[in-house]
Amino acid sequence: MKKNKLVKMMAVLSAVTLFAGAAMGCGDKTEEQTTDNTGDVAETNAAESEAEESTDLSGTVTMAGSTSMEKLANAMSEAFMQKYPGVKVTVEFTGSSAGLESLQAGSTDIGNASRALSDDEKSAGIIENIVAIDGIATITDPENTVTDITSEDLAKIYTGEITNWKDLGGADEQIVVIGREAGSGTRDAFEELMGVEDSCQYAQELDSTGAVLAKVAATPGAIGYVSLDVVDDTVQALKLNSVDATEENILKGDYVLQRPFVMATMGEISEQSENVQAFFEYINSDEGKEVIKSVGLIVPQ
Amino acid sequence: MNNGKAKTIVERTAKVIFMVCAAVAIAAVVSITGYMLAKGTPALAKVGVADLLFGTVWKPTAENPSYGILFIILTSIAGTAAAILIGVPIGLLTAVFIAEVADKRIAAIVQPAVELLAAIPSVIYGLLGVMLLNPLMYRLEKYVFNGSETHQFTGGSNLLSAIIVLAIMILPTVINISVSAIRAVPAHLKSASLALGATHMQTIFKVIIPAARSGIMTGVVLGIGRALGEAMAINMVAGGTVNLPLPFNSVRFLTTQIVSEMSYASGVHREVLFTVGLVLFLFIMIINLILAKLEKKGALEND
Repeated sequence: MKKNKLVKMMAVLSAVTLFAGAAMGCGDKTEEQTTDNTGDVAETNAAESEAEESTDLSGTVTMAGSTSMEKLANAMSEAFMQKYPGVKVTVEFTGSSAGLESLQAGSTDIGNASRALSDDEKSAGIIENIVAIDGIATITDPENTVTDITSEDLAKIYTGEITNWKDLGGADEQIVVIGREAGSGTRDAFEELMGVEDSCQYAQELDSTGAVLAKVAATPGAIGYVSLDVVDDTVQALKLNSVDATEENILKGDYVLQRPFVMATMGEISEQSENVQAFFEYINSDEGKEVIKSVGLIVPQ
Repeated sequence: MNNGKAKTIVERTAKVIFMVCAAVAIAAVVSITGYMLAKGTPALAKVGVADLLFGTVWKPTAENPSYGILFIILTSIAGTAAAILIGVPIGLLTAVFIAEVADKRIAAIVQPAVELLAAIPSVIYGLLGVMLLNPLMYRLEKYVFNGSETHQFTGGSNLLSAIIVLAIMILPTVINISVSAIRAVPAHLKSASLALGATHMQTIFKVIIPAARSGIMTGVVLGIGRALGEAMAINMVAGGTVNLPLPFNSVRFLTTQIVSEMSYASGVHREVLFTVGLVLFLFIMIINLILAKLEKKGALEND
């Protein structure tokens, strides 16, 4: 009798879970569609109201672009909005090139790019305002005895020419080459800086920084690349050409795996709306510099 | 009089509510189908059907981009097939155990346990795969390819890990539906077989399983659907490089292809990901058609 009850309860429980799952599934779909629509509406509204209200310090600042800059853009806009409650800063993460495209199309005030601008982009009138510098660290599992690597060897590892750590004076351990998925800003930056665009032989392509850290830490012989600021004790950061991956060395320009974070504007900052000007003033203030440091980036000098 | 009027209003409102609910589901199916077709076909025209579906090089961000998804399609087919080959025998025999062999007290423990397996979120399977399966696979990989110059070592994130995770994930689907099918076999068939002198095991394999065949097939097809559509767990264990689906290769499935690249993709790259979604959608549609046919057949047999 008692057992029967238990079984029944289990059955009911699992039925409820199943039902809840199904209901949630449906909810998600419809919700997504509606938010999509309202999102579009809100965007056009924002663009309109901005045109009207740009005369005093209330209104909007819109940013679009690099996903790598998500942490910086969010932290900066939150801090800025706390100081200027009248201004609403919105950020979209569409990728560096897409951000610069919408900047040129006039649909955003600031285009975020996690790379230096191309000559074409500069000649189109886009101004490259470097607000921070991001360092990329190459990491291995903590047991690895190789601690220093040259740029050439690093490139050879990623193109599959060197496949064992013993060739670099380390233990007889296969190299597990870990990287990010196509389209990732970190991957773009790494491949471009190393000169190995589109010729990398990845053993694993992971879709987040956290996943790369976790897999490198857990896999003997693994190598990966991540933003400098997320490196922790679970992995070992390699010296590159005998230069430590540190902020100091990046600012001096000795450490080569680095890229600028650009908040690009169409024309000089002084030509922008008051809101945008105030935003850049804030970035260059001591408060702004604190924000940059707080997200693990380096303040340019 | 008044009461009667209130009754009709209630009846009518209820009817409308039912219709609206049904319309939501229909609208969802129609709009998803329409959306997938509208979003998935432009890339086919831009890249070329043959280059896209039968190309083997996936370099969407290269200067001369190439968008071949053949290896991805093959991986989904091979991974699902292998998971079915491993999962179905285990699932079927477990179902026989629950429905026929085990005494009621043990069955009352095993069946809820299986149902619980179905309720575990796929990300948990992925986590366990990363923590337990991948290191184990790496040891196996090092053993198998000891001294190999040509094999690229994947650290255990490979097709085999994904297959094992998928095989476990389809178990509850296969088991639950097979148990129902076996229990639905008319008692007189079993009695007749036993009365003719067949042993219990002979009865199970020669009478009960054949009689429950269409129900079991339904379970298998639903299992295929689940394996084909799974993304999260295998994204964590499969390595994620576009490769030929060999057991120790790091591979990418149709689902994980979308999951891992959608967030940063733009332009044609993004459109191709929608085409990948369309291919997956078509596969699932085919599975559902087979399922509908099987159920029809089962209904006929039961008559």
